[in-house]
Amino acid sequence: MDINDLRSIVTVVGLLCFLAIVGWAYSKSSKKGFEEAASLPFAEHDDLGAMSDTSRPR
Amino acid sequence: MSGTQTTYNDKVVRQFAVMTVIWGIVGMLVGVIIAAQLVWPELNIGFLHFGRLRPLHTNAVIFAFGGCALFATSYWCVQRTSCARLWGGPLVPFTFWGWQIVILLAAITLPLGITSGKEYAELEWPIDILITLVWVSYALVFFGTIATRKVSHIYVANWFFGSMILTVALLHLVNSAAMPITLLKSYSVYAGVQDAMIQWWYGHNAVGFFLTAGFLGIMYYFVPKQAGRPVYSYRLSVVHFWALIFTYMWAGPHHLHYTALPDWTQSVGMVFSLILLAPSWGGMINGIMTLSGAWHKLRDDPILKFLITSLSFYGMSTFEGPMMSIKTVNALSHYTDWTVGHVHSGALGWVAMVSIGAMYYLIPRLFGKTEMHSTKLVTTHFWIATIGTVLYIASMWIAGVMQGLMWRAVNADGTLAYSFVESVKGSYPFWAIRWLGGVLFLGGMLLMAYNMFKTMAGGKTADTTVNVPVAHHA
Repeated sequence: MDINDLRSIVTVVGLLCFLAIVGWAYSKSSKKGFEEAASLPFAEHDDLGAMSDTSRPR
Repeated sequence: MSGTQTTYNDKVVRQFAVMTVIWGIVGMLVGVIIAAQLVWPELNIGFLHFGRLRPLHTNAVIFAFGGCALFATSYWCVQRTSCARLWGGPLVPFTFWGWQIVILLAAITLPLGITSGKEYAELEWPIDILITLVWVSYALVFFGTIATRKVSHIYVANWFFGSMILTVALLHLVNSAAMPITLLKSYSVYAGVQDAMIQWWYGHNAVGFFLTAGFLGIMYYFVPKQAGRPVYSYRLSVVHFWALIFTYMWAGPHHLHYTALPDWTQSVGMVFSLILLAPSWGGMINGIMTLSGAWHKLRDDPILKFLITSLSFYGMSTFEGPMMSIKTVNALSHYTDWTVGHVHSGALGWVAMVSIGAMYYLIPRLFGKTEMHSTKLVTTHFWIATIGTVLYIASMWIAGVMQGLMWRAVNADGTLAYSFVESVKGSYPFWAIRWLGGVLFLGGMLLMAYNMFKTMAGGKTADTTVNVPVAHHA
């Protein structure tokens, strides 16, 4: 096999990998985890309640 | 669970935050001096001429100012969002003192002309080894803290900081590979066009990861904190993170358009640079839209003004960059002051402003205060910095396009219409305006230093205890 075939395969696999990430990010199952993660900066003492009056992350 | 009495390690954050301001002033002062040297050539005194001082300026603002800002903000952010103290014990102070020694060595060797000649990687091999040691320690501390986190998720800002740390390690090791001849002289192990391509693979990814991913990490923590609301779209942050990772590595060849680099490689670099517009604007939109529904906060909060304006400049320069990577545009812009203007649109408008905003958030908190000594001075700083940046980039646009047009103009018989020195002469007024823009930006930093020392006076430096939220306990 030519090394250029390998290079093409890596490129195509890279694209598929990225598309899979996009699919995963926009799937329903990751929504809850993302909401928890998005609230992490507000876990400090001085921020208690900071989340209550704000919108949820999309 | 919540019974732990661990404290955050804020001492190292405090050290890096103060040095961010100090090195910012030093690096920008050298920038103002070399800008003046272009307008008044008699200021090139002895060996302290433009050629020696220019690498000192770039190293000081990128690695001393920008580097200290990244250390300070990443150490603050990774502790707060992991609910854990910095891991690594003595490695933590080593990253601070080691990095300061690297900066001092740069400040000594570069004016003496001790350089490996690679742009943004000028430091000679013994300093490169010290950088490697500090950077590996930084990686251990950062990822060690992530590994010992008390929450299940790794916040998106830490993904950006982490990718910056890993990529900079890779770039530094590959591009700095050299054969030492003496203690102070080495030669690159690469030759010819491969050497050029590796240099600009390094150079562009230093922009993409050190100056973009790292500072996006700052954005993803400090914009939500200052706005008091979570990031606009966490999904978008995940998608544009991976898009940047998959794309940035291939954009380097646009620095070598119309050189000995194979034509197809130049085209690959151009296409990937154009694609980069999408993830870059994803980040900008995500940051700015975090304020959606709370735009009024922008009116009287100068820290948010800094952060949101930095994102606007980020959006501008990441539109301009892909445009300049198009070969036909590059044929006009390359080697002119347009490039210098583009770099400073990113460096002053984006990197410096987002860092300044983050420092204004951090400094009072690091010294037991609720806000800076003078919020009014922060607002003044914001306007001075913005006007300075606009003067800088507008003058460089005009000078750059003028230079490009003059260099390519030919007479009917095919001879050049202008000699090079005529384009230099035509650039003078714009170099003077650029110098003025730099002076304004530096003036803003001096206000910041005054404000910082006033805030530090009588401040308390007690470490705060780590708060482990029950809901997030892993």
